[in-house]
Parts: sequence; C-alpha cells; structure tokens
Amino acid sequence: MFVPLLVLRNAFRHRLRTTLTVIGIIVAIAAFGLLRTIVDAWYAGANASSSARLVTRSSVSLVFSLPLTYAQKIRQVPGVTSVAWANWFGGVYVSERNFFAQFAMSGASYLDMYPEFLLSDAERKAFLADRVGAIAGRKLAEKYGWKVGDQIPIRGTIYPGTWTFTLRGIYDGAEAGTDTSTFFFHYDYLNETIKRLFPRRADLAGVFIERLRDPEEAAAVSQAIDTTFRNSLAETLTETEKAFQLGFVAMSEAILLAIQAVSYVVIVIIMAVMANTMAMTARERYSEYATFKALGFSNGFVAMLIFAESLGIAMLGGLLGVAFTFPMADAFAKSVGSILPAFNVSETTIAMQIGAAVVVGIIAAAIPAWNAARIRIVDGLRAIG
Amino acid sequence: MAVPFSYIARNMVARRLTTALTAGGMALVVYVFATVLMLAAGLEKTLVATGQDDNVVVIRRSSQTEVQSGIDRLQAGIVESLPEIAVGADGTRLVSKEPVVLINLPKRKTGKPANVVIRGVTPAGMALRPQVKLVEGRMFAPGTAEVIAGRSIADGFQGAGLGETLRFASRDWTVVGVFDAGRTGFDSEIWGDAEQMLQAFRRTGFSSIIFKLVDADQFEAVKTALESDPRLTVEAKREKRFYAEQSEALSKFISYLGTGISIIFSIGAVIGAAITMYASVASRTGEIGTLRALGFSRGAILVAFLGEALLLGLLGGVIGLIGASAMQALSISTTNFQTFAEIAFSFTLTPRIIVVSLIFALGMGFVGGFLPAARAARMKIVDALRAA
Repeated sequence: MFVPLLVLRNAFRHRLRTTLTVIGIIVAIAAFGLLRTIVDAWYAGANASSSARLVTRSSVSLVFSLPLTYAQKIRQVPGVTSVAWANWFGGVYVSERNFFAQFAMSGASYLDMYPEFLLSDAERKAFLADRVGAIAGRKLAEKYGWKVGDQIPIRGTIYPGTWTFTLRGIYDGAEAGTDTSTFFFHYDYLNETIKRLFPRRADLAGVFIERLRDPEEAAAVSQAIDTTFRNSLAETLTETEKAFQLGFVAMSEAILLAIQAVSYVVIVIIMAVMANTMAMTARERYSEYATFKALGFSNGFVAMLIFAESLGIAMLGGLLGVAFTFPMADAFAKSVGSILPAFNVSETTIAMQIGAAVVVGIIAAAIPAWNAARIRIVDGLRAIG
Repeated sequence: MAVPFSYIARNMVARRLTTALTAGGMALVVYVFATVLMLAAGLEKTLVATGQDDNVVVIRRSSQTEVQSGIDRLQAGIVESLPEIAVGADGTRLVSKEPVVLINLPKRKTGKPANVVIRGVTPAGMALRPQVKLVEGRMFAPGTAEVIAGRSIADGFQGAGLGETLRFASRDWTVVGVFDAGRTGFDSEIWGDAEQMLQAFRRTGFSSIIFKLVDADQFEAVKTALESDPRLTVEAKREKRFYAEQSEALSKFISYLGTGISIIFSIGAVIGAAITMYASVASRTGEIGTLRALGFSRGAILVAFLGEALLLGLLGGVIGLIGASAMQALSISTTNFQTFAEIAFSFTLTPRIIVVSLIFALGMGFVGGFLPAARAARMKIVDALRAA
C-alpha cells in the first residue's frame, strides 16, 4: 500500500501544476478523438455499404449518364437479381448553404435495394402512390423541421427550374452508420418533366445499382456487365458499392491526410507539456530520490516512482479526455449538420486515445527517470530544488 | 524603473530544457495555425488569379459551375453577337464557346481516380487567357485527337504527360503539349479542340461562353442585356468573380477547421506556458523579494514576468513560422467540392498570415504568463525574502 500512496501524494504535491497538466491532456486527447472521428465520418459511407450490391456508372466520369435501356440488359446478366437506378439532382433548398444530397430514384426497386432505410408501410405506400412525393432521412427532416405532408421547393442546378415535392415519408436508419440525411424522390417525375423540356436529356440514369445473388460473384458479375457495354457509346464501370464510396473518399484524401497528421501533432504538443511538468517535478525532488537510494532503494525503484506518477497523470487526463469526446462530437455533429451523414465515436478511436495517453505518460517520464536513476547519492543530497 | 531586458532574456537561457519544451509546444501550434491559413490563402490566390478583370463568363442560369451548365448553339449565337465583345489583334472577335466535362483519371502516385476538367477551346480561347503558355511540346492541331495538359495534371496523372495517350470518349488522345498557366486553376485542366470535344462527347451544346469586353466598365450593361433577353436562360459573371466564388466553400472549410483546431491546440500550449511561468516564479521567489527590496515596483515585476512569457511566445511563433514557410515548396491537389474537380494549389505565405500568427503566438504567451506574473507582483517583500 505504501508505494501507490506515495505516488498519489507526489502527483498532487503541486496541485496547480498537476491540475493544469491534466486539463491539457484532457483537451489534447479529446481533440485527438474528435479529429479521428471526423476522418472516420468520411469513411462512413464506405463502411455502411453492402457487399451484395454493385454500382454501375459511366466509365468516363459520374458527370455522364447512361441510357435507361441498360437496366433491362443488366438484369439479364447472370448473378444479378435486381436492378435499381438513381440520378444525382444537386438542387438548392432555399439557400446554397443548405447542402444535402438529393436523388431521383426508381421507386419501389430502389427501396427494396436498400433495406437499411426503414420506412413504415403506410408511408411507403403514400410515397409510391404520389408522383411528386418524396422521402427524407430522419436527421435531415429534423434539421429543417419537415413534417410529412410539407411542400419542399428545390431549385435545380443540373435540371433547370424550381421543383416542388410533397414529403410523404421520413425514413430511419437500420444501423448507427446508416445515412439518414438524404432526400429521395421519383425518377419518373424527373424524367417526364425533362422529356417535355429537353428531350435529349431524358431517359438517362446516373448510376445503376445491382443486387447480387452471391457477394462472392462480385468480380465476375461486374466484369460481365462492363463487357456487355464495351465499345458502345456509353461504356460502363461497375464496382462494389464499397469501392464506389471509397472513390469519393479518395478525392478528399489530401485533406484527410492533413487532418490525420494534425491529430498526431496535438499529441506531440501535449507530450512537450507533460515532459516539461515531469522534468520540473523530478528536478525539484533530486534530494528526495537520493534519500531513497541512501536508504537502500534501487535505481529501478526511483525510476519506477517517476514512471508511475507520469502514467497516473496521463491516464487520468486520458480517461477524462475520452469522456469529453462524446459531448464534443455531438456538438460538432450538430453544428455541421448534414454534411457528414454519420458521426459516431468508434471503439478504435477510444482505444487509440488511451494508447496515446499511455505513450505520452511513458515518454514524458523517460528523461527525468533516467536522470534520477543515475544521480549519485552525494550529488542528489547536495542538490537544492 | 523597469527591470533590465537582459535579466528577462537570461532567465530563459538558464532553464534550457523547460524553455525548449514550452516554446516547442507553442511552435507546433503556430505551425499548424500558419499552414492552414497558408493553404486557404493558396487556394484563394489560385482561383482568384484564374480570372481576368475584363473577361465575362456566361453559363446557364443557376447552374453554378461550367460542368453543370449547358448552352445550346442558338443561345450561344445570340451571346456571341454582342457588340461589346472586343476584337483581337488579328481581327477576330475574342469570344470562346467551350464544352467543359469531367473525366476520371488515375493519379500517378496512388493510382486512385480523381475528376479532371477537360475543356474544349478555340484559338480565341487561348487569346482570352494570356497567362497560359506552352512550356513543352506544341499546340494541338485543330480537328485532331490531340490535347494539351496543364502542368499539375501532366505531373500528377497517369497518361497525361507529354507524348502519352489518354483514353476517353471511345478515343485515344495524344498529349502533344504541356502548358503552364502561372499557378492558376487552368493548371489543373486538359485542353483540346472545342469542336472535336463536342463530337467525342456527343454534345450539341456548349458549357460556357467566355468573352473579353472592349471596356471592363461595360459589364453591368452587358449583364443586364443578357439576363433580360427573353430568348436566353443564362447568367453572366465577371471571370474573376466566377472563379473566386468557386473557391469559397473549400477555403472556408479549410480555414474554419484549421482555426478551430488551432484554438483547441493553443489551450494545450497556453497551459504549458503557464506551468513554466509558475515554476519560474516559484524558483525565483528570493530574487523577486530582492528586486522589490532594491526598489523595483510591483508593476515592474509584473512587466518583467509578462515580458518573459511574451518572449517565450515570440520564440515559439518565430520557430513555427520558419517551419511553416518551408511548406511553401509543397503543393497540394484535392477535389474542390463545388466543382467536383481536382484542383492543385500551393501553400502561400502572405504578410497578413505572418502578422496574425505572431499575434496568436504572443497571445498564447500573454494568457499563459499573466496569472504567474500577477502572483509574482503580489508577493510581499518580507515573505518573499524569508521564503528564499
């Protein structure tokens, strides 16, 4: 019982210094956790994707659409059980600052493709029966205070004009990572209107989504689909939903790498602060360490005392930092709204935070412990703090 | 009377390890703070420099970007016949009708695909952008499957270097030249013959029309004329403003995120400074008593310790800025959310960033040093001398 008590008393001898250091570690560990969570949120789309789905798009880029007639041909490819399609709408709701994803999608076939979007039977029926109907995710509906039955005007940027939809349902996500900040409406409504205004742009789909009979066949089926349309006017590129989502992540890779790098910088900063605290502490206590040695305690014991104190302070800060990460992440998620669809602190992040606190504790104690262990009894007893 | 500066400075040298650790922590914070501001400044500079003052961009109303826009030949003809359009040295009118699309290209380093802008240009289009100069190879021959690539694209993407071929729109395109657009957004584009591009991508309309005004002041009149013409559904913007708007979201994102991060980080550094200064005060209690006994006022003691903290901040700030200025050699390439296309830009250190970063560093020193300095100033002479 003697040693832990000694370490505890030592740690809080300079109450102000220890408190300040602990606060610093809390801030750093919480910031580290928040930054990692921001990076994770980018990958949320890819992590929530199903291995049983493929996405087909134009091989040139997403800007080019594919003929709607491809749906029939894709359905005939062995291994594909169903096909749905969607178009990116890219409209503006009231002001350009309100960004959220909007898709024109193929009604029932699309909803069946995504069982993770939970919609009550009544709402599903109402949506499918109404050509100008739309559904929105729970998070999105809450952000703008939409209720079922509301009229929602969206100004098109790709498809000119102002489009007004009637909200027929609000869907929930089956899992925590499911994106519930997207707005869906009927492809047919978009297509009929475009057919009247710009006949050349009608009957085109942005992406086709296929359900696989067996996820193992993903590679073979995607190759079969692309071969079907090779050397046609609109060649395709088919990949798993995960690869498709990761393609978007890769576009912002430079920024993600920067955020990751910065998340380690904060740990280095706090390491400097912590090392400073431990260096001062040890410097003040050289005579005490010499006394221990004079009493017969080993060099290792003295080093251990410093390590234990440093680790104790770092862990206290680390655990409180982890606890503070959750409210911080919540506040951050609220302030950015629907830009990052899923925002959850993962278990890996928590493990990394605790790991970082341990590393900070050990490294900060290294030099002072080395010095204290090496000090000669005579010099130590002579030293004045 | 003030405490001599040399006394303040020498105190920092006396506790080398502590000074280095504290200033090092602050230097890292300033480094992050300055690099982020440099990144946002670099992006803004790149896109603002892309536009010319007397050029006008015409796109379809509310389409926001060239890629989303579409202008059919009839409407293009009406825009093209505006009397305010300038005439070039060779007698042709300086107006360029351009198709702009995105294609997916794999990056050289990672093999991961990104969207690259392909622009169809005309000879007038080259004259409209005097900052664009061929640095390698030659110009594409009109009517052929030849393209020229911007410097960043040629360096960064597979198949986009001089002499290499790109496959898109069911054709192989040979890169016959590399151009340098003077660190503007055009460095991140690939250019080819406008009519060839229209055919290859099976487009019947253009994406945007760019023209030069005879007189830059005529912009408002031209804008009103175009936007009130019932035959047209277009909007006109000064080229400079058009490109500046496209950098807004990304540069705001970078500077908000960066400033937020820096402020959180600075809490750590301020605490480091406070710990150091408290220790500095505690270990010199006797000295403080002596100084007060010699006749230095409480104010002078406060100033001396605050000065030490500010010096610590300044040291951190200068080291951080030196580190940040080394970043100017790097350039970064990422997707602009607004245009959905790749854009390359570099870290740009402006005088404003230097001043703001130094103020930030001094601020950290001041906040961290104030309470310890106040404690030193409040000490009673007798107590301080007895403590020693």
